[in-house]
Amino acid sequence: MSGTADFTVDDQGVLRLSGELTLPFLGDLPDRLDALEQPPARIDLAGIDRIDTVGAWLVHRLARDSGASIQGADEDAGQLIEQVANADKPTRVRPEETSSVGRVLARIGLSTITAGQTLLGLVGFLGAIAVGFWSIIRHPRRFRGNAVVRQFEVVGVDALGIVGLMSFLIGIVIAQQGAVQLRQFGAEVFTINLIGRITLRELGVLMTAIMVAGRSGSAFAAQLGSMKLAEEVDAMRTIGVSPMEALILPRVLATVVLMPLLGFYSSLVAIVGGGIFCWISLDIPPATYIQRIREVVPITDLWVGLLKAPVFGAIVAMAGCFQGMQVKGNAEEVGLRTTAAVVQAIFLVIVLDAFFAVFFSSIGWV
Amino acid sequence: MAAGEDNAIEVRGLRNAFGDQVIHEDLDLEVRKGEILGVVGGSGTGKSVLMRSIIGLQTPAAGEVTVFGTPMIDRQEDEAKAIRRRWGVLFQNGALFSTLTVAENVEVPLREYYPRLSEQLLDEIACYKIAMSGLSPEAAPKFPSELSGGMRKRAGLARALALDPELLFLDEPTAGLDPIGAAAFDELLADLQETLGLTVFLITHDLDTLYAICDRVAVLADRKVIAVGTIPELLALDHPWIQEYFNGPRGRAAADTAERTEAGSN
Repeated sequence: MSGTADFTVDDQGVLRLSGELTLPFLGDLPDRLDALEQPPARIDLAGIDRIDTVGAWLVHRLARDSGASIQGADEDAGQLIEQVANADKPTRVRPEETSSVGRVLARIGLSTITAGQTLLGLVGFLGAIAVGFWSIIRHPRRFRGNAVVRQFEVVGVDALGIVGLMSFLIGIVIAQQGAVQLRQFGAEVFTINLIGRITLRELGVLMTAIMVAGRSGSAFAAQLGSMKLAEEVDAMRTIGVSPMEALILPRVLATVVLMPLLGFYSSLVAIVGGGIFCWISLDIPPATYIQRIREVVPITDLWVGLLKAPVFGAIVAMAGCFQGMQVKGNAEEVGLRTTAAVVQAIFLVIVLDAFFAVFFSSIGWV
Repeated sequence: MAAGEDNAIEVRGLRNAFGDQVIHEDLDLEVRKGEILGVVGGSGTGKSVLMRSIIGLQTPAAGEVTVFGTPMIDRQEDEAKAIRRRWGVLFQNGALFSTLTVAENVEVPLREYYPRLSEQLLDEIACYKIAMSGLSPEAAPKFPSELSGGMRKRAGLARALALDPELLFLDEPTAGLDPIGAAAFDELLADLQETLGLTVFLITHDLDTLYAICDRVAVLADRKVIAVGTIPELLALDHPWIQEYFNGPRGRAAADTAERTEAGSN
């Protein structure tokens, strides 16, 4: 008859264990053994039905701590106890912990170092890309046309739908909000100025850059990251294929070339969206709308947008590839790096956009 | 019914297919209580799929799977949980939880099934399991990503052994271990099997392991188990794959080693 593990202690200090000394039947036995006031002189196992390693460990621990001898163990129990005794080594279970103040300081320090290293790494990566481009210009045969065209498709063509939809809606929103505000001054017609200028100069390219960062920058980081984990990148290196030329340059090049195109497309679709709103809501016919756009939008607005776009593209692609190549260790890192790539790309794009705004106004392109 | 009582696992008429590709067709297998059953077969013969079907990770297209007399297909979650408590599984690459340390990994099944155990006892159990699996004590507070492949495998074994299971599934436990480590692994398994009365379902390519510790060997080929038996019994069959497997250069070397070890111990 098997039953819950139990024990009795007699007046000679013999602790007799009984029942099933196995994990499912332990009950509160460990706590009661811990609470023993008098360490037993001997431990008697003759009364037990079955024992597993946890039971053997409890017996071993009790014997070790109290110096008691073990008696009445059958062959299996003896062997088990011997096995766990052999496995009894002083072991730390958790990584060392420091005080909370120390931890906070350590985290601040670590983040500072990481931020510095990331910045340094990005600059280094930019340098490596420049060197890579130079070597391709010198040896045009190593240029991987197929890979670049493939990336054109993934980064550009596949993005047309979502970028178009987003821009169309943004055009409508600008027109609608602009009309509401300008109506107060009876200047509804200036809505057209607002749409034309803000989309070509700022929003078209900026929103596209954010969309590309979310679509392609993250994909770059995840792709390269998983390739690094699977040692594909190492395999490439040993075969003599440069990962820079095969993986990174096609992606950077494709993004740099396609960002101006996507940005321009986005601006046009936004203007169309705004135009449709003006037509329906403000009764401005399309012909008048286009005529007004040509009059009020200076050509420099187009140049501002088109000049910023390739720079944004380079930043998005670089952040994605850089973070992807930093992956090491485990799959969790791929996720973290992908997030970092998108956050970094969007942040840098917005910072640079601010610089561009100051720069272009100071050279008189207002 | 009498036959069922002696078997830890029974598989009847199992069929597994991925799309058009049929992996298993009408496959039968019995694993007796207390034995170490080696499962061999060429690459792609569905050894891992068979294991996944038995432990319920893969629902077969047809057939029955019984573990400890309980049918495993379409069973209630509660029943399945009671059975799961009685087995441990070691996946091919350890499958350790990457956000937990090795010791915490070993504690996961203990916490899940025995929430009343004290923290201290949990830690102690984790420690001796880790030591028993042949890992050095320094490995306990480390994260899986800081370990080598072989160490990860041992940590995986420690986790599989956490609940003192009656049935152990091992998917290529010695692949990627150095010969000394692999031999120690065999010895550990044999020891545990003897003292705990373990039943082991062991997928392996390691001929030395087969000779050293397996009571019987099941051969997977042509979508089914073509033969089950001790190695001498298998050698008596004249299936070309079995002959090539055990009588190839590697098979012979392993047999010689096994013989020498036997002679040395007598």
